[in-house]
Parts: sequence; structure tokens; C-alpha cells
Amino acid sequence: MSEEEIQQAEERRIDQAVETADIAISVRGLRNSFGDQVVHEGLDLDVRKGEILGVVGGSGTGKSVLMRSIIGLQTPDEGEIRVFGESMIGRLDDEALAIRKRWGVLFQGGALFSTLTVAENVEVPIREYYPNIGAQLRDEIAAYKIRMTGLPAEAGPKYPAELSGGMRKRAGLARALALDPDLLFLDEPTAGLDPIGAAAFDDQTRRLQQTLGLTVFLITHDLDTLYSICDRVAVLADRKVTAIGTIEELLATDHPWIQEYFNGPRGRAATAAVTREKDREQTRAALSPPDGRR
Amino acid sequence: MNKAADLVEDRNDGGNVIRLSGSLAIACLRDLPDRLDAVQGPVQAIDLAGVDHMDTIGAWTVHRTVRRLGCDVTGASDDARRLIDAVGELDEPVPIRPDYVHPLRRVVGQIGDAVIASGATLLGLLGFFGATLIATWSVIRHPHRFRINAVVQRFEVVGVSALGIIGLMSFLIGIVIAQQGSVQLRQFGMEMLTINLVGRLTFRELGVLMTAIMVAGRSGSAFAAQLGTMKLTEEVDAMRTIGVSPMEALVLPRTLAVVVMMPLLGFYASVMAVIGGGFLCAIALEIPPITFIQRLREVVPITDLWVGLIKAPVFGIIIALSGCFQGMQVKANAEEVGLRTTAAVVQAIFLVIVLDAFFAVFFTWVGWN
Repeated sequence: MSEEEIQQAEERRIDQAVETADIAISVRGLRNSFGDQVVHEGLDLDVRKGEILGVVGGSGTGKSVLMRSIIGLQTPDEGEIRVFGESMIGRLDDEALAIRKRWGVLFQGGALFSTLTVAENVEVPIREYYPNIGAQLRDEIAAYKIRMTGLPAEAGPKYPAELSGGMRKRAGLARALALDPDLLFLDEPTAGLDPIGAAAFDDQTRRLQQTLGLTVFLITHDLDTLYSICDRVAVLADRKVTAIGTIEELLATDHPWIQEYFNGPRGRAATAAVTREKDREQTRAALSPPDGRR
Repeated sequence: MNKAADLVEDRNDGGNVIRLSGSLAIACLRDLPDRLDAVQGPVQAIDLAGVDHMDTIGAWTVHRTVRRLGCDVTGASDDARRLIDAVGELDEPVPIRPDYVHPLRRVVGQIGDAVIASGATLLGLLGFFGATLIATWSVIRHPHRFRINAVVQRFEVVGVSALGIIGLMSFLIGIVIAQQGSVQLRQFGMEMLTINLVGRLTFRELGVLMTAIMVAGRSGSAFAAQLGTMKLTEEVDAMRTIGVSPMEALVLPRTLAVVVMMPLLGFYASVMAVIGGGFLCAIALEIPPITFIQRLREVVPITDLWVGLIKAPVFGIIIALSGCFQGMQVKANAEEVGLRTTAAVVQAIFLVIVLDAFFAVFFTWVGWN
């Protein structure tokens, strides 16, 4: 081996090490099955720190199963899952607790505890993990978390049954954010919301991600969400992650499902909307005075 | 990053400065919020130069102290400054629990609600009974709309599948009556009267009553849950838009099945209870079965059988209507299905027992005693 080659190998090793430090979730060789039906086979996935990763795929490709495997609700048949460098497979609940505190999960329907008010729901994780926080401070924390997700103050003392679907999702998000997690899992956050509500939710997610420096694992069917807030998109098909990258990178691949997904009528409409928005911003920038005020 | 948060009060001529250090994240806060609360003013500034990490909860802790003491924040990094500003913007009181209502007022309110609810349920049930009658009449006028398959299928679910459990239950009840009765009657030396007790009680009352309770628990609840789920999945609405009447397609077959099955099951239950009683008499009182049967024929008038058989279909109507009515009332969510199912069973059993009391008085009045 020549000196040059050795140097190159060394550089590659360093690159790899840097990459591992930047990875929040790493999944290797994951296999999940239900009876005869194999959902995942040899699935690999990396989620980088500080990114919003959108996960898409047709119905039944195991998007939710993947999320449930990562957060430990589903024990995979095979494979390795590391969250913040710690292996999550075969861990006892107690051992995984430290990692568990570092993530928040928003389930599809919000999954709020129906016997508690919205504010009390937000307080549950704090009460559970940090009993040293006094009642008054806990109430205050719940209050600003609720306001942070864009819920009005009146929503605090309401029970989940009294809320609309969109408000329930926001309340679920407030609970997921209760412990200031580094990692946020969102399962179809905009499903069942009207377009205005969905856009507002996307906006909120983006803003929170920037303010709090979150890593977001986002399962969605919503093309607008993908275009407007996702840094990268992972496509689940053929039992594994078929492609991962920015939308432009995905469009360059020739996988039939990806092409159909992004270039179908709905995909084209979403692309057009983004292009229009960009044009408008450019025009606005050109027209606005140099100090940035309008 | 995981250094515990700490606080030092620095007193100098310019005024007090609170110096925070370590990590202001929820996992490292420990007793810092309490210690900050204990600090009394005047305080010039809170210095964050020693803080190496902060989350929103740490930022909020700083913000509330700043708000309370009216001091400045110095030495904050850009990130910390941004977080404190972000949570500061959200500073608005949010009520945590619903407003407190005096227990006395709450109890009175709940009683009022319950009275209104039970009145509405009774009226609704009456209306539902009327709707069922109308549906029956329209099916009689258009016999081709009668769903014979659905009815026969319900026969099996309501009747045949229940044979095992109802038989066993009745057999055991027969044993219990005979055993308890014989213990009491022995004091008068009249153990033979145990046969009267078992025969008359089961044919007249218990056979049908226990069957009604069992059918309410098995089938009434199932009706409520089935129809409730169908309401939730909008199956019932779909049926209506296609032009199929849910009353005819869902309620009528179920009601008919229970009405037909109740007398049969009731009779079967009575017979099983008598067998249970006879079994105990043979074992414990040494009354041979042949004597038991002979005596039974002498002491149990045929009207006792009629009493039971007349009551049974009426109870059946009550059970089926309660189940279907409660199921059709489901509107909002899955939770309601559970509540309605419970309500259906409770309502059915309650009404059956009330009606049984009326029947007891009525049959005595007509002289069938």
C-alpha cells in the first residue's frame, strides 16, 4: 500500500467518525415481520442530527412499524438500532430510560390521556421523570409549552374529548415537547387537518425545530409537508429504504414508485406551488428596500 | 454538558449579581428553581457567563426570576438569549384545570343531569319501540322485504350458542334453591315441600328471569356494541342512503330473534333448573327421581308454565330494544360504544325486573296463583 493510499484510508476513517457523531438514529439490517408477512428486510437508515427527515411510502410499507421499532414499541426480528449512539435492542426499560427522556413522540390521533386536561397531559412526563420540579413551576412550564405549540390559553383546562382534531394534535405535540427532547417523532401530523391547519402545523414544526435545535423523524403522506419543511426524504419501498436524499436527489432516481409519487398530478401540483412561492419571494426581495423593511 | 446547575450570589457595591453556572437543562436543574425562588431582591443582574448549555425549561426558570426580581440578564450566549426571548414571548397565564365548582353545587347539578338523561332515555326508548312497530307493520305489508336469513342467523347466535351457559347456570340455580329450601323446610319436617319450591319457583319466576339476565348480558350487549360500531363507521348512514332502512335490516331481525328465542330458552332453563333440583333431592334428601317427578306433576299447576312463557317474549322485546336503541345512540367516539353497551345491559336488566314485578301482581290478580 502506498503512502497516498494509507492517507486516503485514514481520511475515510475520520470522515466516518465525524459522520457517526452527527447521526441521531442509525438503523442497520432491520427485519420486521408479522406472521408470514415480512414488512422490513435488511433496512438501513441514518437520521442526521438537526434535520427534519420525512419518511414516505405506500400504505403497508411499514412506516409506522419502523417508528415503533425505533422507539421500542415493537421488537424487531433482527437488526441493530442505535439512538444517540446507544443500542436500543434488548434493553430493559430502566436502561433505556435515559434515552427515552430525550425523545418525544406524537402519535397519529394525539394519544392524549382522556381523563386529564390538556395542561395535565403536558405535565405527565415532567411529573413522572422530574418530581423535583415544584407544582407551580410545572404549571408554568405546561403553560408555555401549550402556547409554544400555538394553542390558545383557553385550551389548557379542556379535556381531549372537547378538542378538535387539529387542537388534539397540537396538544399531543405539547406533551411530546414537555421534556425539551432532542429528538421528535411525528406520525402523520397533518393527516386529517384542513390545508390551512396543516400549513400552520408545518410552519410550527419548522419554527420549533429551529428554535429548539430538534431532530425530527416525520412520517407523512402530505406532499406539501415534504416540500415545505423536510430537509431530506426517505422512501420506504420493497421492504427497505429504497432512496434517501433531498427531493431533487430523489427526482433524479428512476425508481418507478418515486417517479409516480413525485411526478403524479398531486406531486406536480406541490412542486408548482413551491416554485411559485420561491418566485414570489425573489420578486419580493427584488422589490423591497435594501434595509429589508416593507 | 451534564454538569449540575449551580448558583452563586455575588454581593458588591453595584448591587447583587446572581451567577448561574453549569447546565441549565431539565435533567441538571435539581433544586436550582427553588434556590432561585428563595433569592430576595434587590438584584441587579443574573449572569449566565458560566452556563454552558440551556434548554427551554432552564430559559423559563431564568425568565420567571427576571420577571419577579426585575433584573437584567448578562453574559448570555446567543443561543441562551434566543431561548429566553422565545419563552418570554409565550408568558401568558394558562389555566391548568377546569374551574372549581363547590361539591354541593356539583352534586345537585349531577343529580339534575341524571334525571334529565334518564327521562330522555325513557322517552327515546318509547319512540324507538314505536319506530320498531312501524317497521314491523311495513314489513308485514311488504313481506318480500323480510330478511329471513338475518333472523335465522340471529337465532343461532342468540339461542343455540347460549344453550350451554344457560343450561349450566339453571342447573346450578336449581341445586341452590333445593339445597337452601330443604335446610329451612327441614325445621318443620316438611322436606317434601322442597319439590313445590323448586318446581313453582323455576317455572314461574327464576327460569325466565335468569335467562333474561343472561340474554341481556350476552346478546343485548352484543347488539349495542355491533350497532354502535356500525354507527361509528357510518355503515348505518351508508345503508340509509342506499335506501335500506336500518330499522328493518338491523333492528327487526335482532328483536324478532330474541322474542322467539326467549320463551324457548326460558322453558329450557326451567327444565334444567328442575333437573338440578331433582338431582339435589335425590342426593341429599334421598327422594327418588320418580317420586320427584310424580310430586312435581301434582303441585305445579300448568298456569305456572303459562306465566313463564307469557313473560318471556315481553322480556325479549325489552332486551332487544334496549340493546339496539343504545347502539343506535352512539355518535361521537369509540369510548361511547363502551358506555352505551354498559347502559344497554343495565337498562335491560332493570326494566325486566320492574316488569316482572308488574307481572307478578297481574297474574295474582287474574287468579293464576
